[in-house]
Amino acid sequence: MKIDIGERILAANDDLAAGNRELFAEHGVYVLDLMASPGAGKTSTILATIDALRDRYSIAVIEGDIASKVDAEKVRAHGIPAVQINTGGACHLESAMIRRAVDTLDLDALDLIIIENVGNLVCPSDFDLGEHAKVMILSVPEGHDKPYKYPNIFQVSRAVILNKYDTVGVFDFDEAEFREVVGSLNPHAPIFPVSATKGDGVDAWAEWLAERIEAVKEGGSA
Amino acid sequence: MHEAGIAAGILKTVIDAAEGAGASRVNTVDVTVGELTEVVEDALHFAWGAATDGTIAQGSKLEITMLPARSRCADCAEVFGHGRYDGGRCPACGGYVVDLLAGRELRVDGIDID
Ligand SMILES: Nc1nc2c(ncn2[C@@H]2O[C@H](COP(=O)(O)OP(=O)(O)O)[C@@H](O)[C@H]2O)c(=O)[nH]1
Ligand SMILES: [Mg+2]
Ligand SMILES: [Zn+2]
Ligand SMILES: [Zn+2]
Repeated sequence: MKIDIGERILAANDDLAAGNRELFAEHGVYVLDLMASPGAGKTSTILATIDALRDRYSIAVIEGDIASKVDAEKVRAHGIPAVQINTGGACHLESAMIRRAVDTLDLDALDLIIIENVGNLVCPSDFDLGEHAKVMILSVPEGHDKPYKYPNIFQVSRAVILNKYDTVGVFDFDEAEFREVVGSLNPHAPIFPVSATKGDGVDAWAEWLAERIEAVKEGGSA
Repeated sequence: MHEAGIAAGILKTVIDAAEGAGASRVNTVDVTVGELTEVVEDALHFAWGAATDGTIAQGSKLEITMLPARSRCADCAEVFGHGRYDGGRCPACGGYVVDLLAGRELRVDGIDID
């Protein structure tokens, strides 16, 4: 006997993501899902973003990692609450994990939660966490051809951070080609050249983020 | 990859529907996967075998239909098929503002049960 179903496969994750989204809206907290390869500079960018925005906003960080808690410790050493999620082998974060982490935070006291997703340019782009925006980081040494190889992550990102921009002269990174390809995959996403460890370019990125945090604080949808 | 999680998602939907219909076993499961998702067909077949072990869907056949991507141009309304990389620009007018119509689906279409 045949039965028609017609249901989205990630339905369970999508339902939980919708629940997360509602919770974030209720508390007026903006949630950013930061995605990149291992070593592209997610943790460094988070620390630089915290430095740029901590005077204006109350921030917490959710660290996703396959194992270990070194990144959460780095964030805590910076004086910012951090929750570590160990995925136990899974290569991406899911909504249920985010919910468990968020339940340990005081959402009323927060304006911004930054999620460091697992280092991976592939599947994090398929999983809605209930965040306001996914943003990806590509670092200069990874090469300007990455949008050809991993188009999905460039397409789902609301902005693209080009990190380790201080090394752009050292590698044969073709910025014009990179901008053209990203622009054709995702014409609405701004590209922010940043050097997370030196601080260059962080302000422009932080302002983009601040505008969105403000919109959510005011009860908009950003 | 995350095919194990997707297989678990399919299984939950399938078991709810099959049990709701009083099934004793599941023969086939039809799913549609957009070509722009990161799902690898073979990996999903493999994950399905593992996920269904010991359930009423054990031994069932997963029929995967891969759906090509399609977008519509916001400027000239042209609807065009495309691959992973070339969908950002309208082939008719060269416009960059396009809406994705298909290509990111992950859907259980139906099941065949006894
Ligand atoms: N030169 C340079 N190195 C950087 C920059 N950002 C991060 N790094 C270095 O890249 C390495 C990985 O950074 P990390 O933030 O841990 O990356 P994650 O794995 O994505 O969290 C560290 O050694 C950082 O010091 C940058 O802007 N310029
Ligand atoms: Mg890190
Ligand atoms: Zn994954
Ligand atoms: Zn057009």
